[in-house]
Amino acid sequence: MILQQLINGLMLGATYSLVAIGYTLIFGVLRVLHFAHGEVLMAGSFMGIYIILWTGLPLYITLPLAMVATGALGMIVELLAIRPLRKDFHLAPLLSTIGVTIIIQNLAVKLFGGYGTKFPDTITTVNLEVGPYVISAAKILILGISLSLMVILYFLITKTKMGRAMRAVAESHLTASFLGVNVDRIVLVTFGIASALAGAAGVMAGIAFHAVSPFIGLTFALKGLVVMLLGGLGNMGGAMIGGLILGVAEVLSIAILPTEINLQDIFSFGIMILILIFKPTGLFGSRVTQG
Amino acid sequence: MDYLLSVTTIAGIYIIMTLSFYMPFITGQISLGQAGFMAIGAYASAVCTAKWGIPYVPAVLFGGIIAGIVGFVLGLPALRIKGIYLLLLTLGFGEIVRVIFINLDYVGAAQGFPSIPYQKYTILYAYAVVFILAIFFSRLRKSRMGRAFQAVGDDEAVAEILGVNITSAKLLAFSVGAFIAGIGGGIFAHYQEYIEPLMFGVMHGIEFIVFAIFGGIQIFWGPIFGAVVLTFVPEFLRSIQNWRMELYGVLLIVMMIIRPQGVIGLDTIQAIKKLFKIA
Repeated sequence: MILQQLINGLMLGATYSLVAIGYTLIFGVLRVLHFAHGEVLMAGSFMGIYIILWTGLPLYITLPLAMVATGALGMIVELLAIRPLRKDFHLAPLLSTIGVTIIIQNLAVKLFGGYGTKFPDTITTVNLEVGPYVISAAKILILGISLSLMVILYFLITKTKMGRAMRAVAESHLTASFLGVNVDRIVLVTFGIASALAGAAGVMAGIAFHAVSPFIGLTFALKGLVVMLLGGLGNMGGAMIGGLILGVAEVLSIAILPTEINLQDIFSFGIMILILIFKPTGLFGSRVTQG
Repeated sequence: MDYLLSVTTIAGIYIIMTLSFYMPFITGQISLGQAGFMAIGAYASAVCTAKWGIPYVPAVLFGGIIAGIVGFVLGLPALRIKGIYLLLLTLGFGEIVRVIFINLDYVGAAQGFPSIPYQKYTILYAYAVVFILAIFFSRLRKSRMGRAFQAVGDDEAVAEILGVNITSAKLLAFSVGAFIAGIGGGIFAHYQEYIEPLMFGVMHGIEFIVFAIFGGIQIFWGPIFGAVVLTFVPEFLRSIQNWRMELYGVLLIVMMIIRPQGVIGLDTIQAIKKLFKIA
């Protein structure tokens, strides 16, 4: 029973991690809170649904397609709502991405209706039996995909030239551009990567919860922010582990604590407020000194 | 006529809420949790009138005071943090308030709080509050304290060197903002007769920020202007009504690109003053 809950928690946590890593990447290069990140995730979810419904492609093709599409969406957001802003008004990016949030969410309600859309069955609901435990294959798959995406991203950032450029831009735009890095291009690419990860998280959230509504964006955005704080601003490894911690903690809190009241949400926001008050640098230390 | 009256009333309540966001903003504190304070004021005053039989005016004041106290308590830890951290703190606070009301059976939990006594003269009360707030803000601007607030908002380090007590300035601004939001919530509850936790979600709180930013955040006329225009314009343009939220979104982005200080800035006020001097 506990093992099953643990896997449920890790699966949920892995999607939180993907969202939080996106936030961290964007915050790293731009010092901007990308408010519409959750809506990009929601868009990814719906793209996944409609790619499967219209073309009948299997999941292993649908997922990359949805990631490419959300990556493009993220780049468009950067080009239209963030790049044209003047740099001296630090609130501007927050508010313009709130604008993007409002637009995407309301368009989604008009297109897909305010209620949930069922996610098509892509993976046959096989259950693996490990000793006395029954674990659904879908959950293992989600966990596996998320973890491998994180590993790929880790190598991308630490080993490739592009990753080095991203880290340089995160340190200082001015210095990076002196060293010959095209800062605008790196910011755009960062938005693309972060949004693609959110898209993947969206598709997997759709599989995990069997249905998608236009309002899941905000929930995941808030959870992603909690995780980003938990791991420490600008700390990618922290975001990965923080997500898994929050996911497991949430699932266990539902399993252990009384069920009459909806503690799940208070739980994560409570964690966030405690961290903000007592340890604003997060559990694993922050790479960014000021927000 | 009834329709016009109801839109005008709602606009008045929105002006109060938008000003409640503007108050802590003067000192550089951005709160995404004003809808949470509004909920506290709404529920507290509704409990007063519907359950305890307290008259309207003291009940609404009570709601404001409760919200102000909660604002003071939340403002204490908020003093230590700023920027993105404060945003997240207030965002989390707003959500926690909503979840608490969803689980509180005494006020109807998720089904909502029904049969709150209807206040027929809401429009008068709302605009009386707006009038008081307008006088308050215009006097504040010229007072020593108002200038201290402004200095804290512009640059905390400089303000501290100049001898401003940053802690008390920020805490006071935050609590007063919460108090104003609580008053707005109380008036809102007795106009709607029915409140439910969903009415005070994060996205509703963000609407007030949109009003303030659109109108302008350098002087208090901006939030008033923004709330009035953005409440009335979509009501009268039926074709826009369905696309109201998308319009807000586009408006926010475009405003941030062209004029991040909002429609009414200090330069606008100067221009108007000049115009009247010549005429």
